[in-house]
Amino acid sequence: MKRFTRLFIRLDETNKTTDKLAALIDYFSAAPPRDAAWAVTYLTGKRPRSPVNAAQVRAWVQSAANIPEWLFTESYDAVGDLAETVSLLLPEPGMGSSLSLSDWIETRLLALAGEADESVKRQTLLAWWAELDRPGRFVLTKLITGAWRVGVSQRLVTRALAETLAVDKDVIAHRLMGSWQPDDSFYAMLSSADTTDTDISKPYPFYLAYSLDQEPRALGDHRQWLVEWKWDGIRGQVIKRQGKVSIWSRGEELVTERFPEIRRAAGRLPDGTVLDGEILAWSHDKDGGVMPFGHLQRRIGRKTVGKKLLEEVPVTFMAYDMLESQGEDIRRLPLDRRRDLLEQLLGGESADQALRLSPVVTANCWQTLDSKRQESRDLHVEGFVLKHRNSPYGVGRRRGDWWKWKVEPYSVDGVLLYAQRGSGRRASLYTDYTFGIWQGDKLVPFAKAYSGLNDEEIREVDRFVRRNTVEKFGPVRSVPPELVMELHFEGIRRSTRHKSGLAVRFPRIARWRRDKSADQADSLSTIIALLPASERD
Amino acid sequence: MSAPALSADDSGLYCAAGDFHIDPWRPVKRAIITHAHGDHARPGSDAYLCAEPGRLPLVLRVGDRVQTLAYGQQLTINDARVSLHPAGHVLGSAQVRVEVGGDVWVVSGDYKRQADPTCDPFEIVSCRVFISESTFGLPVYRWEPSGFVMNELVDWWQNNADAGRPSIVLSYVMGKTQRIMASLASLVDCEGRLFAHGALQKMNEAYRASSVYLPTAPNPLEVGDGYDFSKAIILAPPSVAGTPWMGRFKRGVTARASGWMRVRGRRRRLALDRGFVLSDHADWPGLLCTIFETKAERVVLTHGNSTVLARYLSERGLPAEALTLDRWGEQEEQE
Repeated sequence: MKRFTRLFIRLDETNKTTDKLAALIDYFSAAPPRDAAWAVTYLTGKRPRSPVNAAQVRAWVQSAANIPEWLFTESYDAVGDLAETVSLLLPEPGMGSSLSLSDWIETRLLALAGEADESVKRQTLLAWWAELDRPGRFVLTKLITGAWRVGVSQRLVTRALAETLAVDKDVIAHRLMGSWQPDDSFYAMLSSADTTDTDISKPYPFYLAYSLDQEPRALGDHRQWLVEWKWDGIRGQVIKRQGKVSIWSRGEELVTERFPEIRRAAGRLPDGTVLDGEILAWSHDKDGGVMPFGHLQRRIGRKTVGKKLLEEVPVTFMAYDMLESQGEDIRRLPLDRRRDLLEQLLGGESADQALRLSPVVTANCWQTLDSKRQESRDLHVEGFVLKHRNSPYGVGRRRGDWWKWKVEPYSVDGVLLYAQRGSGRRASLYTDYTFGIWQGDKLVPFAKAYSGLNDEEIREVDRFVRRNTVEKFGPVRSVPPELVMELHFEGIRRSTRHKSGLAVRFPRIARWRRDKSADQADSLSTIIALLPASERD
Repeated sequence: MSAPALSADDSGLYCAAGDFHIDPWRPVKRAIITHAHGDHARPGSDAYLCAEPGRLPLVLRVGDRVQTLAYGQQLTINDARVSLHPAGHVLGSAQVRVEVGGDVWVVSGDYKRQADPTCDPFEIVSCRVFISESTFGLPVYRWEPSGFVMNELVDWWQNNADAGRPSIVLSYVMGKTQRIMASLASLVDCEGRLFAHGALQKMNEAYRASSVYLPTAPNPLEVGDGYDFSKAIILAPPSVAGTPWMGRFKRGVTARASGWMRVRGRRRRLALDRGFVLSDHADWPGLLCTIFETKAERVVLTHGNSTVLARYLSERGLPAEALTLDRWGEQEEQE
């Protein structure tokens, strides 16, 4: 635990990737494989189920620190991180613990998860906190509550392991995919010369596209590029090996049980097949097709799906790439070749409704493509994905041969109404905003947004909020309606849960419209006009 | 009860019986200044009064229309009796005791309860109404002893020096800088390794002229081209962060010393390599014990988390309220 705590402190103390990488390499070089395996599990966000929930942690710390609930909340708002707030509020710390990280997790945390009696849990956690020094408490509470916010990506962990073990990083990335047990064989599993995997459910690392930040013409001859719709669903991998189907989401969650239609369809694939594609809500009606993302959300949260939901929101797997064919890893083959194999597999009449081949969009020039792209919203897609026909299937996000060419976002000018303090490095600054738009002569809250301003602008808005607070509602402050910001978002739909009657997807601040006053902001009617025709009334 | 001894007007805290202001934020006839930080000592008033050890720093801020009073010495101003008492914040920092018709009010100014080699320690002054600062009025703000923090800072400097990297410490021009310099000198020999940015030199001189011992700390720009700073520690005001001045110290490592460093998010927001929790303000336990030790019947809180502390005290049965003095509303205390 001390070694892991030191790693955490080192990662937290620097903003430089090279220093973080060095800290990780030092850790992996010194830590026993079992500890390292657990460290990777937690740092990449795959922690096991937590033995206690955040509300319990809060309640127990309040009583240990002898402070009322509202004061805990005020403290949390100033700190912006639950584990850190806990470590700062608890009474005087202890000396630290010499137990290893894996002992802490296996003999303590996992055991506590099985404890039914809440008062035992409380006593146990309080005793652990009392035993640890302040950094140790902080790290323990992080293990329990998650959200490291220490600037370490899965990619960086992969690189550090690759350098420590002298194994290619794409190989490490693949071996870290799927489910593996954190145990003494961790390093052996990662550096084994034997490349045949015993785990028949193991997915490949996903290859991701960059957003196109230039004119598509700059990409050269359009015929060099395979153009497909950018589907708005859940990225997934369908695996059929030794008669067994596994469906993975991009978050490396095994979701096979949640999508029985896809599972059934994939059961008919030959063994040794891995497909990359998108899980979509799909209407099989005559005028059917992909349904808006909101429908799919109803399927996401459910472990098991009822008959009614299966009928109302059927799903399909829109396959667009093939990573394994007849048991062979074919990721190094050029895309055209992989596409041929995919078409041989899924083309033709017999295709199952729940397993489809992503169609290729053809056009005679970039300009025609651009005008087709404008149809995206009506088709419930986000634009195009452009893939170079010679490209292999890589690992992670790389520039060059896969691009997202999205449709322009919706844009609306909103007025700042409420502000709340942020978390992490934005702790104690007012960075989370609610914007309003006009409905008659009233401003109604319309969207929450927090990204998009630079640090200087954030400080300026923070000062504005502090100087002009009208009312405080707990952590939220209302301000006079003066600041106008241009907001961008990806989707819009009717919602009964929102005051404006509308819900938007991925709202963010595009820029501060200092040239506009509040009365020049947009009104509800202009936004309703953005809705698909069928939803306007 | 007659009129309150002190009340807020549009220039700051005002004593009607004595016809003077305390730390006014715009020019007035007569200003009593608790200490020479920019948000407390603003130029332009006709006359200034401060504690005797704080004269030179205040003159740097507002010019020479400064009168002084020794700590504890009484002065009658019209119908008010005034005395100044050590606040332990920075050199010459004072609490202002105001007595009007037997009713005693104390204005704390900024204060801390920790040891500081550059100023007199805080002194408890009994009163009926205590107007206290509350910059760090949240229970997450608790300070380690300054000796502990200074040892950490020395270790950090040593590790950087071993790696051949200059150590740059960002600290407030008045108070924090000199406290760090004096504390460093008591722990290690700084000769030839300690430097101070040009903007700190005048204040350092004012401290030395006020008989505070500070080690030598030349301006790093005046030691000649090609000087090797790889084992040096350089103090600089926070405003230099991200400026070309920093470029002079190749592979430099940057830290800040401030009570705000207690919270990681702030340190990370400032993109610092290290934060040392060293404050010239009272922490949460310091505020509470001071407030109770004054035996005040009523407490008024200013600066920072005033509403939080007021609510907490009220819930514990001590009448308390928050008072916004600054025309900017809530502005964050620099330190």
